[in-house]
Amino acid sequence: MTGVALRALLSHWRQHRFQLAALIVGLALATALWVAVQAINAEAKASYAKAEGFVQEFDRKSLVSTDKPLTVADYVALKREGWPLSPVLEGRLKIENQWIDLVGFDFLTFPPVPTISAPGAQAPDGAFLISLLRPPGGLILNPQTAADLAISKQGLAIHLSDAVPLGSGIADISLVSRLLGKPDSLTRLIYLGPDPPETKTLGQLPDHIRFSSANSAAIEPSALTESFHLNLTAFGFLSFVVGLFIVQGTIGLAMEQRRGLFRTLRCLGLPFRNLVLALVVEISIIALISGLIGLIIGYFLAAALLPGVAVTLSGLYGAEIENTLSLRLAWVLSGLAMTLLGASIASSYGFVSLWHLPILQAPSTRARGQQVLRNFNGWALLGAGLLGLGVLSLLFLGGLSGGFVFLGCIMLGTALLLPYFLWHILRAGQSATRHPLGHWLWADARAQLPGLSLALMALMLALATNIGVGTMVSSFRLTFSDWLDQRLASELYVTARDDAQGEAIQQWLEEKGLRVLPIRSRVLQQPSGQITIYGVRDDPTYRDNWPMIDVLPDAWDLLAQGQGILISEQLARRQNINLDETLSLPEGWPHRVLGIYSDYGNPHGQAIVSMPQLLRNAPQAENQRFGVRLDPDHIPVLTNALREAFDLTNENVTDQGQVKEASKQVFDQTFRVTDSLKLLTLGVASFAIFTSLATLWSQRLPQLGPVWAMGVSRQALAQIDVLRSLLMAGLTALLALPLGLVLSWALLVVINTEAFGWRLPIHLFPLDWLWLVSLSLLAALLAAILPAWRLFRLHPSALLKVFSSER
Amino acid sequence: MSVNRFLLCLCLLAPSPALAQGFAGLGTEADGFAVPVPDVPLTFPMDHGPHPDFRIEWWYLTANLEDELGQSYGIQWTLFRSALAPGEAEGWQSPQIWMGHAGLTSATEHFSAERLARGGIGQAGVTLAPFQAWIDDWQMSGQEDLSQLTLTAKGDAFSYSLEAQAEGPLVLQGAQGYSVKSPEGQASYYYSQPNYRIAGRLTLPSGPVTVSGDGWLDREWSSQPLSENQSGWDWFSLRFDSGEKLMGFVLRGANGAKDFRSGTWISATGEVTPLPPGAFQAVPLAQAEVAGRKIPVRWELRLPEKDVFLIVEALNPQSWMDVTFAYWEGPVAVSGSHRGTGYLEMTGYE
Repeated sequence: MTGVALRALLSHWRQHRFQLAALIVGLALATALWVAVQAINAEAKASYAKAEGFVQEFDRKSLVSTDKPLTVADYVALKREGWPLSPVLEGRLKIENQWIDLVGFDFLTFPPVPTISAPGAQAPDGAFLISLLRPPGGLILNPQTAADLAISKQGLAIHLSDAVPLGSGIADISLVSRLLGKPDSLTRLIYLGPDPPETKTLGQLPDHIRFSSANSAAIEPSALTESFHLNLTAFGFLSFVVGLFIVQGTIGLAMEQRRGLFRTLRCLGLPFRNLVLALVVEISIIALISGLIGLIIGYFLAAALLPGVAVTLSGLYGAEIENTLSLRLAWVLSGLAMTLLGASIASSYGFVSLWHLPILQAPSTRARGQQVLRNFNGWALLGAGLLGLGVLSLLFLGGLSGGFVFLGCIMLGTALLLPYFLWHILRAGQSATRHPLGHWLWADARAQLPGLSLALMALMLALATNIGVGTMVSSFRLTFSDWLDQRLASELYVTARDDAQGEAIQQWLEEKGLRVLPIRSRVLQQPSGQITIYGVRDDPTYRDNWPMIDVLPDAWDLLAQGQGILISEQLARRQNINLDETLSLPEGWPHRVLGIYSDYGNPHGQAIVSMPQLLRNAPQAENQRFGVRLDPDHIPVLTNALREAFDLTNENVTDQGQVKEASKQVFDQTFRVTDSLKLLTLGVASFAIFTSLATLWSQRLPQLGPVWAMGVSRQALAQIDVLRSLLMAGLTALLALPLGLVLSWALLVVINTEAFGWRLPIHLFPLDWLWLVSLSLLAALLAAILPAWRLFRLHPSALLKVFSSER
Repeated sequence: MSVNRFLLCLCLLAPSPALAQGFAGLGTEADGFAVPVPDVPLTFPMDHGPHPDFRIEWWYLTANLEDELGQSYGIQWTLFRSALAPGEAEGWQSPQIWMGHAGLTSATEHFSAERLARGGIGQAGVTLAPFQAWIDDWQMSGQEDLSQLTLTAKGDAFSYSLEAQAEGPLVLQGAQGYSVKSPEGQASYYYSQPNYRIAGRLTLPSGPVTVSGDGWLDREWSSQPLSENQSGWDWFSLRFDSGEKLMGFVLRGANGAKDFRSGTWISATGEVTPLPPGAFQAVPLAQAEVAGRKIPVRWELRLPEKDVFLIVEALNPQSWMDVTFAYWEGPVAVSGSHRGTGYLEMTGYE
């Protein structure tokens, strides 16, 4: 019996193929976006886990030198005192236009390296180890890095290991010191003895050498990137919810249309339980099919978005993730589970109405004015409560999580308030209109509000997200661009091959009467993290252009006198230091904070001292990069002269414009993912409106019939339909605007500061909003056109039937 | 001669995974390294220093010691040099690798420690004038002619600091220092100083002990010392109450090959007699379970032409050197036709 019932129920979809398509597309879209985001997150997390595992393996308790470079002589002296140490030399090497982070270990004294095994071998293999120690040596790379580089021509043996993070290479210290041209330097000394060290028997450390805690040297990608993934998840969830609105509408319609069938089946003796069972089976089948389609779409969507995400993460946080997607059980299962859960949530309303279905009573036109209003009031109350909760969480929970709770509450709360506001606006419009048809238009819009409200809520959320994220990205871009103009004040940037050439180039330029600004720095490993300290000459270029956030009046004079230090915003926030306070640095460095400047996109701390100060504390600082001030017209001539005089490549001499262009390109690529997600969300919301209108269409004939009978042509009715759809979408878009602004405020001021460590000024882009409002109107127009067209083409007999048939 | 030292070095430097096949093939190729040739006189003090053109080399001192209560101890101090390629280079580019082993044995305890270091940076090495051999904080230093040495080493649970005074001349092993190791002609340069009087202090977990006794230094270098058909070796350096000394070794044949036996007899007056092949005989009498394998810790040695019949017994059967390439090495007591003490080293027991 149930089987027969199921067949009867399923026959509905044969007759309403479009409805079935809408249902499947809705569920599949919802699943796809959710799955895509989950897949991206899973991939990124796997990459982090690998990177962190790698870091933990190697980033043991280490000795570092605080204020002068660590040398091989330091290492040998400590070893000869009995310190159980193993040396590490790290550095960046440019191979074929790509930077690679080299880590050199002494494989002889630090062999417990999991990556050091021959391809296919399980355990470290003596012969393999020897091949790494013996010239020409071997470099161990992640397969993806190796594929990107193709560096076999360097004569090195390349070994592949998944355990090596992207963009890094591991080799014996002899090879790394050769590649980096640093025979005497070391980065740190891994401590291999018991913890805590027995300084009693080992002797005291020299003044400039001290322990650095295990993970202070490396930045923790997980903490930083968490917000990014939370963001992605929020996007995914939003899309999922919007997708569910579609499904809810479609299932509601299918239930409504099958009332007659239900009644017939019940009258034929089908128990209510079996009917419900048959419906559950039906929904589950549809959900599973849609879920599988969604998984496939989601997989490809994720694969398409992942490279962008990889760029974002490496650009913003310095976290490398792999840009190939693998099928992971976690997100496959979570995707299917979400589809089933979503389908059951979306159909629950349908089942509840089925429960209340009087078997013998014919479905009547639902006049549900007061009932609906009571619903809307309830929603509005809930929404207001959520708004309150959001504000409270911002005030009392604080931090990144407080920011996200605030965002969630505000968005959901405002969405719940939307029908209430719309209802009242429409009623006000109705009372203000005298023209009977106009009056009817407002009233009819109000009558449709219950059916459309979910879709409109979806539209509003999508619009607000677009405005919020768009404002954030555009503000960021504008600020970043200004900042680039300030930071890249020199007209030409030159990179020498080594210090000797650097000196020669500097002399050559100065002989030509040009102002040369050497870019020299020293990296300090501090307990709180890494700080790069730059030395600057006392030059108006800095005084006039440097992007200061907060600065003492005579900061540049004091700096030039060696009386203080300028620090980046990130460093200031991380260490909670204000202007004129003291930055903790080793002896010899200036401590007084003279100013705080913005340094976007840099995960590490940065500071500036005067050049003499830098050279006093770090005489070995590389002297290979220079900014050159000159008349922009002379750039091509000088560039050519430099290249010829010093045999430099194009990359060694770049003008300001090129650097800015490259930086902006990286920036734009960074936010490509956000753009795609924005558009996708908006697309899904438009589809929701469309399905809602399509759902309402069949219910509206009984209301249209009498209006038509009173002499309003079908054409006019169709026009009014389109107009009403535009009206609703327009109102929604207007209400979405304030929400979007609150959202962008939260993103820029709360989330951004917490996640990145810098605060961005808000820039407003009203033209973008106009564009978005037009886009939503266009969506509403497109969504309304098909139902309107059907209305326009409707045979008068169908309208006449309203009066004869049961509906 | 202490053949296991070859294994240690060669395993470390093996061009192919060689452990599974014993050390097959390793001794036959010299790969551009210098090769020992007969009739090249050793020159001192130069030959006390390193020979980077040869693949492997060691400075190897063992001592039998007693504390004031008459309790016996043994110590080992060894510095190995192994070259990845012939010659020397600056800094990290040096192809030389150094390895230190230290052992301390009592009747009830045995400790071992290991150090590894790169050449070229000063972390380990050997220099002359004055003589200095070191790795990390371990040191063997003193007179350029090795007549006086100071020794220090330490591990997690032990350390020692000893003074050694030579009371006799150097002994050139084999033919004037050219020591043949197989019927196929593999050989090394090999000399010893078997006449050290030693005094100093051991530090054990139970506390410091003042000791004195006798020491034996071996110096050896080569590039292709072993035959393919040898699976392990048993090496004895024995010092008799009569003042006579015996160095003897058995390179155990594998794959049906015969054992290769050789040695040197040193008279009480210091006359050195290389033993003809086969003259020295060694038969295991009893085995002990050591580190999961059976190892002979009681031996019968015969040297019929000198009317020598000896029972050699380990002071501590568990003298297992638990280092990267583990082996057995410890002090022994000698009884039979002669009484005395000495050191025994055994490798290749699986």
